[in-house]
Amino acid sequence: MPGLTQGSALSEQNEKDLSPRQMALRRFVSHKAAVVSCIIIGVLALFVILAPFTARYGVNQSVQAPPNSFLSPRSNAWLGTDDIGRDLYSRLIYGVRVSLLIGLASAVISVTLGALVGAVAGFRGGKFDDILMRVTDLFLAFPFLVTLLVVRNVLGGLPWLKPLTGEMNSVRFIIVLFSIFGWMGVARIVRGQVLSLKEREFVEAARAVGASRRYIIARHLLPNSVGPIMVALTFSVVGAIIGESTLAFFGYGPQAGDGATSLGILVGAAKGAVQTGFWWLAVFPCFVLIIIALSINFIGDALRDATDPRLDRGA
Amino acid sequence: MLRYIFRRLAWSIPTLLLVTFLVYLALRIGTNPVESYKRVNPRASRAKIQQYIDVNGLDPNFVQGYFKWLKNFITGDWAPSIKGRREVWPALKDAMANTLRLGTAATVVGIFFGLIFGVLAALRPGGRRDVFINTSAFVGISIPPFISAILLQLLFAVYWQRWFGFSLFPTSGVYPAGHTGFDLFLMLKFMALPTIIVAIQVIATYSRYMRSSLLDVLNSDYMRTARSKGISERRILIKHGMRNALIPVVTIAALDVGSIVGGLIITENIFSYPGMGLYFLKSFGEGDFPLLMPWMVVIVASILLFNLIADISYAWLDPRIRLE
Repeated sequence: MPGLTQGSALSEQNEKDLSPRQMALRRFVSHKAAVVSCIIIGVLALFVILAPFTARYGVNQSVQAPPNSFLSPRSNAWLGTDDIGRDLYSRLIYGVRVSLLIGLASAVISVTLGALVGAVAGFRGGKFDDILMRVTDLFLAFPFLVTLLVVRNVLGGLPWLKPLTGEMNSVRFIIVLFSIFGWMGVARIVRGQVLSLKEREFVEAARAVGASRRYIIARHLLPNSVGPIMVALTFSVVGAIIGESTLAFFGYGPQAGDGATSLGILVGAAKGAVQTGFWWLAVFPCFVLIIIALSINFIGDALRDATDPRLDRGA
Repeated sequence: MLRYIFRRLAWSIPTLLLVTFLVYLALRIGTNPVESYKRVNPRASRAKIQQYIDVNGLDPNFVQGYFKWLKNFITGDWAPSIKGRREVWPALKDAMANTLRLGTAATVVGIFFGLIFGVLAALRPGGRRDVFINTSAFVGISIPPFISAILLQLLFAVYWQRWFGFSLFPTSGVYPAGHTGFDLFLMLKFMALPTIIVAIQVIATYSRYMRSSLLDVLNSDYMRTARSKGISERRILIKHGMRNALIPVVTIAALDVGSIVGGLIITENIFSYPGMGLYFLKSFGEGDFPLLMPWMVVIVASILLFNLIADISYAWLDPRIRLE
C-alpha cells in the first residue's frame, strides 16, 4: 500500500525497544494517506457533533422567503438550496450525523456479533463451523443489493421482530439490518484468525494448565485478533454508510423522522438533479460520501498494515 | 477429473433446490405475494385469486407450496405477471440478453485493463507507477458505482450538452426512443457509460488481485531457479510468472459474478437499461412474485455454475491440486 514501503524502512534498532503497540502506531503514522484521513474524519466528526453551531439553518428551514428553490451556491446558501429552498450545507451536516450514527452503531453490533460467532466457530470447528461457513458463502455470493432488499423485506415482514426493529423506514431498522448483514464478513475473518492462532504454543499451554474454552477465547484468541477485528470494524462502518446510501438511492432507505435527513436521502435526491442540471445537489453529497468512504478505507488499510505482524519481516 | 466434475454437478442440484426454497421462503415472507396481487388487481374475483394462488404455489403451507411451484416451474407452466398478465419468459429472456451484453462487455474490458495495470504495478513494487496504480485502484473500489454513475452522467450527458451543444453519451435505454432494428454503433454508444461504470470496479478489483498474485509468484523459489538458468526476463515473466499468477485470479473471476451482477443492477437502474437489474427492481417494487421467482432461479443457477467453473478451472490450471 502507499506509504508502507517507507514505513518498514524505519531504523531497525529502534524497533527492537518498542512494544508491539508502539510499533503498530509508528507504522500507522508512516501511512500518510491514513493520517490525512484521520484528520479529515476528525474534522468531520467535530462539525457533526457541533451541528447546532456549524449548521447555518435548521434541517427543514428555508434560507429565504420564496422563490428559494434550486438556488445555486451563494452567500446565504454556501452549497445552494434544494427543491423546497433548504440549505444544502446545513442538511449535509445533519445528514452526515445520521449516517455516521448508522455506520458506527451497526459496525459495533455486527463486529461484536461476528467476532464472537467467528471465534466460537473457528475454535470448535465441526458441524457448526461447516454450516456457518456455507451460509456465509451463500450470502456473500449473492448480489449485494438483491440480498439487502430481500432481507430487508423479510425483516419487515416478520411481525414478532417489530419490537426490535421498529418501523421499516426508521433509522433503527436500518441499523438492525446492517448488523445482520455485517457480522458474516467479520465472522469469517475472525474464524480464519482463530484457526491459525489455536495451534500456537501459548494456546496449547493455556489448555495444558486447564483453562476453559471460554477463558481461552476471551483471554487469548480474541485479544490476539484485535488487529483484524479493528480493520473489520472500519470496513463495516463504510459498508453500512454506503449501504444506507444505496438503499436510500433506490427508495428503500430510512425516512428519518421529523424531516431529519441522511446522506443517503441527499444522494438519492441527486439522482433527480442530474437531468435538470442542478449540479450542486448531485456533486456535493456525492463528494462528501466519497470523502468519507475513502478516508475510512484508508484508515482501515493502514490499520491492516500496522497490525499485521507478517509485514514486520518484509514479507 | 471427469468424475470430479460429475460429482460437483450432481451436488449442485440439491443445492439449487435448497437455495430456491430459501428464496421462495424469503419472497413469501418479504413481499407477501397474495396481498400484492390484491393490491394491483383490486377488483379480482375470489376465483381469480384462488387461481393465482394455485398456479404460483402460494399455499399457506410453505413446503407444499414450494413443491407446487417447483412442479409448475419445471413443466413450463409459468404464471403471468400480476400486472397486465404478461408472459414472464419473453421479458426475462430480453433482460438476460441485455444484461449478458453489458456484463460481458464490462467484464472483458475490466479484466483486460485490470490485468495490465496489475502487471505494470507488480513489475516495480514500491515504485512511482506502482503507488499510482495502487492508489487509483483503491479510490476506484471505495467509490460506490451509483456515485460514479451520477457524476459521469452529469458530466458527459448533461453538461457536455450545455457546453458543446451535443451530448457525448446518452443516459438511458439501449436505443433512442422509436428506434427499430439493429445498429451496432448506436448500441455501443448507448452502452458506453454503463460499461465504463461497471468496468471501473472490475479494473480496480483485478489490478489489485493481479498485483498481489504476481508479486507472490515473482518472489517464489522457482522464479529464482528459472532466472539462474539464464532464461530471459521476458520469457520468465510470461511463461512462469503470468501463468502461475493467473491461477488464483481466474478463480476469483469466476467467484465474482455475484458482485458484477450487483454492480450491473445498480448501473442498469440509473441508466434505465432494460436488463436483469431493472427487471428485478421493478418486479420487486411491485411484489410481482411470478416475475421474481424465475429471475431468482436464473441468478442462483448462474452463481452455482460459475462456482463450479471456478473449482474446475482451479483444478485444471494448477496440477498440484489433487481432487480425490
